[in-house]
Amino acid sequence: MELVFDGIWQAIVLLVTLDRETWGITLLSLQVSGAATFISLLIGMSAGIGLALAEFRGRNLLVSVINTGMGLPPVVVGLFVTIMLWRNGPLGFFEMLYTPGAIVLAQAVIATPIVAGITVAAIQNLPRNLRLQILALGATRLQMVRLLMREARLPLLAAVMAGFGGVISEVGASIMVGGNIKGCTRVLTTATVMETGKGNFDIAIALGIILLGLTFAVNYVLTLVQQHDRPR
Amino acid sequence: MKRCICITLAAIAGLCLAAAAPAGSSAAEGKNVILATTTSTQDSGLLDALLPQFEKQAGYFVKTIAVGSGQAMAMGARGEADVLLVHSPADEKKFMDEGNGSRRQLVMHNDFIIIGPADDPAGIQAAANAPEAFKLIAEKNALFISRGDNSGTHSKEKKIWESAGVKPDGQGWYQQTGLGMGQTLAVAAEKKGYTLADRGTYLSQQKNLGLPVLCQGDKSLLNVYHVIEVSPLKWPKVNAAGAKAFADFMVAPDTQKLIGAFGAEKFGAPLFAPDAGKAVESLGR
Repeated sequence: MELVFDGIWQAIVLLVTLDRETWGITLLSLQVSGAATFISLLIGMSAGIGLALAEFRGRNLLVSVINTGMGLPPVVVGLFVTIMLWRNGPLGFFEMLYTPGAIVLAQAVIATPIVAGITVAAIQNLPRNLRLQILALGATRLQMVRLLMREARLPLLAAVMAGFGGVISEVGASIMVGGNIKGCTRVLTTATVMETGKGNFDIAIALGIILLGLTFAVNYVLTLVQQHDRPR
Repeated sequence: MKRCICITLAAIAGLCLAAAAPAGSSAAEGKNVILATTTSTQDSGLLDALLPQFEKQAGYFVKTIAVGSGQAMAMGARGEADVLLVHSPADEKKFMDEGNGSRRQLVMHNDFIIIGPADDPAGIQAAANAPEAFKLIAEKNALFISRGDNSGTHSKEKKIWESAGVKPDGQGWYQQTGLGMGQTLAVAAEKKGYTLADRGTYLSQQKNLGLPVLCQGDKSLLNVYHVIEVSPLKWPKVNAAGAKAFADFMVAPDTQKLIGAFGAEKFGAPLFAPDAGKAVESLGR
């Protein structure tokens, strides 16, 4: 138990003394997972909305595939991305393995199905007649989508939080495609694994606490956006 | 509402650009050296002490991938690493015989130790050497925690079992973690089991363990590290110049002096003995 208090104390010391390495790691975690979430929003939300509105054979199958993807194990994603990015592999010419870009790619793959799955559910949850009504009032398809997104903004922001939460806390893919390289691809989760391996449990706990604090801060901002002007 | 979403999106986009910047700068061609190495060199802190020197001298950025020796050599055999720092001599010979490496040089050594619960239920403190100690553990069915991950330490452990004439696989008292040395030590400490460890990692974790050293000093427990340059003939994409620079750095007199002094302050005794230029046979007493 003493160890936990040591860890909390360490976290405060590391943050207050502006330890450069810790701040660098924290900032990189935020950047990488932020970028991955952003990419997953672009792809996942478009795919989710398209899938929720379209009607075609095999749609249920596709939605099931996406819902399964919400539980993609990060290490499996990490393994496949690593094999793809090997310099002698199919995407080797990008020379991306062991760079922050590789982590962004892997995390985007993890977050996209999460965002897409929740988006499908969010849009389908809107009353069916709403679509008809909007179209009947003469809206274009694009306008309709914008209005639907506006109506579903609460669950859509939940999709953002779920996607971000899924990748910022993920370690399996980050350590495989990033390599936990000091000053380059070391993020909070991989640093925690390494410090645990070194037996520096207090620093590991400190990093864990910083990670929780970071996730809380991001989610707090998103929640403020979500709850601001919510539909009455 | 819409403005809020716009601001959020803009903030996220800003972060993306910021993330893309370090990604771009680190992709500078030919300036990266991928070093695949065992966890012990990272966990003991040795690399943190050496790499900044090398990066300053040679102008390369070293990307250290700390994995087990087995995985490190698997990466080398696919041309996915430029240079290896490993401690699994038998596998290294096979690696060289298959033409995967262009040069292999002795860097340093320390030793493996057998540790276990203080009351020593199998009585291995009386054993004359490591295989005998393993035999006693097997006879008493005392819990043994193995790495089980094809690392250099695991490979050494399998060799000792072989010389002891014991087949531990599938026995109830033999458990494999599949984890790194640090975590395996933690498991052994919790379950009060015996395990084989490299001295460097053991010393750096000793404070958390409560498992004393029960068997040491045997010549079969020697832990020898070599630096191997991956063959550019077999894998043209390998950064051969960077690998050569790193290997030369590891065996240079100044670096060897640093290795010989490393850990003396923190642990009271150096963790590694520098051996560049020596013959492997001359190591140990």
